[in-house]
Amino acid sequence: MPKDTQANDVIFEAKDLVISAESEDGSELQIVKSVNFQVKRGEVVALIGESGSGKTTISLSALGYCKPGLKFAGGQAILLGEDVTGKTTDELRPARGENVAYLAQSAAATFNPSIRINEQVTEAPVLHGTKTQAEANAKALELYKALELPDPENIGSRYPHQVSGGQLQRLMAAMALCGDPDLLVLDEPTTALDVTTQIEVLKAFKSVIQDQGAAAIYVTHDLAVVAQIADHIVVLYNGEVKEAGPVDTIINAPAHPYTKRLMAAIRPLPEAGQGEISSDEHLRDDAALEVSNIDAGYGTGSGGKPNVMVLRDINVAIERGKTVGIIGESGCGKSTLARVMAGLLPACDGEIRLDGQVLHPQLEKRTREQLRKVQFVYQMAETALNPHQRIRDILGRPVEFYRGLKGAKKRARVEELLRLVELPTQFADRFPHELSGGQKQRVNLARALAAEPEVVLCDEVTSALDTIVGANVIDLLTRLQKETGVSFVFISHDLSTVASFADEIVVLYAGRVAEQGETDKVLTPPFHPYTRLLVSSVPEPRIGWLEGAIQSQEAQAGIAGAVELTDVGCPFFARCPQSVAGKCDLVAPPRMRVGTGHTIECHLEPGALM
Amino acid sequence: MSNSDPLEHFVAPYDDSVSFDELPDAPPTTGYRPSIMGWIGITVAVFWLAVALIGPFIAPYGENALPFPDAYSEFQSPRSGAWLGTDVEDRDVLSRIMFGAGRTIGISLSATLLAYLTGVVLGIGAAVSGPRVDMAMSRINDAFLSLPTIMLGLVVVAAVGSSIPVLIVTAGLIYASVVFRLSRAIGMEIMVMDFVEAAKVRGEGRWWIITREIWPNARMPLITDFGLRLIYVILFISSLSFLGLGVQPPKADWGSMVRDNLGALQYGGSIISVVAPALAIASLTVGINLIVDDVSAHGGGKLSKRM
Repeated sequence: MPKDTQANDVIFEAKDLVISAESEDGSELQIVKSVNFQVKRGEVVALIGESGSGKTTISLSALGYCKPGLKFAGGQAILLGEDVTGKTTDELRPARGENVAYLAQSAAATFNPSIRINEQVTEAPVLHGTKTQAEANAKALELYKALELPDPENIGSRYPHQVSGGQLQRLMAAMALCGDPDLLVLDEPTTALDVTTQIEVLKAFKSVIQDQGAAAIYVTHDLAVVAQIADHIVVLYNGEVKEAGPVDTIINAPAHPYTKRLMAAIRPLPEAGQGEISSDEHLRDDAALEVSNIDAGYGTGSGGKPNVMVLRDINVAIERGKTVGIIGESGCGKSTLARVMAGLLPACDGEIRLDGQVLHPQLEKRTREQLRKVQFVYQMAETALNPHQRIRDILGRPVEFYRGLKGAKKRARVEELLRLVELPTQFADRFPHELSGGQKQRVNLARALAAEPEVVLCDEVTSALDTIVGANVIDLLTRLQKETGVSFVFISHDLSTVASFADEIVVLYAGRVAEQGETDKVLTPPFHPYTRLLVSSVPEPRIGWLEGAIQSQEAQAGIAGAVELTDVGCPFFARCPQSVAGKCDLVAPPRMRVGTGHTIECHLEPGALM
Repeated sequence: MSNSDPLEHFVAPYDDSVSFDELPDAPPTTGYRPSIMGWIGITVAVFWLAVALIGPFIAPYGENALPFPDAYSEFQSPRSGAWLGTDVEDRDVLSRIMFGAGRTIGISLSATLLAYLTGVVLGIGAAVSGPRVDMAMSRINDAFLSLPTIMLGLVVVAAVGSSIPVLIVTAGLIYASVVFRLSRAIGMEIMVMDFVEAAKVRGEGRWWIITREIWPNARMPLITDFGLRLIYVILFISSLSFLGLGVQPPKADWGSMVRDNLGALQYGGSIISVVAPALAIASLTVGINLIVDDVSAHGGGKLSKRM
């Protein structure tokens, strides 16, 4: 296919595109209903919508591909002037390697773990015969440099497990771009990443798409991300275009109620002084759950100490009816802390108290009543609910187990729990796979509440959900807390979600508390340098935010490294823009009290952290 | 409805009263419905099962009766009164297949059930036990697995003599080690799922975790494997019979029928006496295989999606 050099040419166009699914009883269900949009050279068009909106299905039509069970049922998907909907795989093969490239959500699943990176990056153009191996290698090197990968000359000779998650995501972009495609299809390429990593990946994608003169279809559910990278936005709901237009129109003046709802679901970081100020009547001194001087890790080494020490000297008190948010990037020990509290991972040092009583570090040694009071909610409702139990049994078991209710009383309690999490009572007879992701997460919560606990440990409960669904779950948690007086430990890597909901925040870095205190105080200066990095990395639904954020000193330094556990000095040393060599890398930072209940672990004076 | 101009701002018509509910997941899938191949398999298997149950009552002759006592001749061709001809001792092949069906299928089914009972209990037991118990059980099992099955069977049967109970126990225990491996692996996979951990955090005992959390999820792949294992046991029992260590004459079973009538191939005569029992073994194993394939294409796929 000839490549037109005209600047304004249309690379891809969906014309009244209809894709339908055939259900088992033979009837057809339209998944994509007459969708129209265009992608021009040099443009990024974002398809935005929640799961089930058909955004991935539409994006795949650019490759002439339908997932098994789906088929093109009408309209056209025109790639470089040719309709690809009726073509066979053999006819599509040249176009798929040379004109279109697809980037999946998970780079880890895209790369073959036992083949060196460069071989995989250059494979497509060499196989398609558009480049010789030497040309492809040169192109790959150029891309590694453009994507700001460390050590571009040698990174290709590594294996996928030898680079970080963010680097692998960028290498996947190199793989897609190596064949000089006209169109890139990116399917949620940053959704699984930490905010700090997301910045580096977004920045690399944006510049490389501009430089290579390619067009892109960017699939996501995150409007804040879209505002940074897209030129045009297509808002989808239930397979239909609800609103489409240039990015600034959609972001600044959304017209359709659904777009407005998407915008409303984004929770901005509270500005200084806007956080909820706890009134004195709540400031009681009785912590429901208190952990003090906790050390914990994995494996058993010499002297009964763990091989890998993850948590060091953690002190957290969860007050009755309050929420403590725990944030940090992946690998910082957030989930480990929750597992220590639940007794799944016995701490090797320190003490856990529940209502003033010392809890045994090991789960098996705790009494049933102690177990009842501390409940754990898992991140993935898909794996946390037994697929072969009905909702009635999933919720009924803790009711019976802890409360001894049977028969009609148990049934009534299950229905009450379903109403509590805003689900219809008929759901009691369903299996988990007959519910949507958000509904499953509600059942997951209801199971914890069935025990009438004092403390609920929520491990990334909204991370796997869409923006709107996640926001609904947060609203539900807030309401439940008011009604039942339960305390939450809310673990998330998403600072804006935690900030909107938690009374107190614990910032963890590499298993140590970097900063801790009331939400309001933690999110206002003085900041621990790591808190500052996190705060500045939260994407805002504002055009031009990315450019500003990557210029900042914090981002420049933060991009440099990944979380590493260290035995001496401050673990954040390598990434800290304010680090003092000879001090920070050798001496563990002291715990400074900078206000009532607000501590920062840093060598620098509070004045230097403003 | 075309937004060909990229600068144009397109807004779909809307009604303020419409709320945007959370989009549902894919509709629930229906239960297992056999495909054509599945139906063929079911037909064949049900046919042989019926033969095994009522064969001895409707067989034209007794197991060792001679259809033509007045005209004794081995390997007679099929003719009226003996539709599949006669065998090496001039007995009716059709009747012997009908008597043998019960024995071949009965022994194999009992042996497979025994293998499953032992293998699943020990395998899931090992999966939920601590690493030391698991290690000990697995290593002993590995030792069993390293022995060639036919040789092991030969040694046992040669040592204690062949009888139907000995055959069942021997085949059952030999195949239990394979079932142990499989159910331990499936159990381990389910043990690390969040819902099992959730049950542990709740304070559930081991028995609840095995029966309510693990077993319902392990059931499907194990049932699928049961069909496959049954085929191996049928072939194993038939092989032993063929070698003369299985079902002892004059009792009929399909494996020994093939062996007894091998002479037909060497010395001439009706080869149907060899081919018919061999075909019976083949059709039964293929039939079960078709069912297993069909079930796993449906249920196995769904299971892997949920896991």
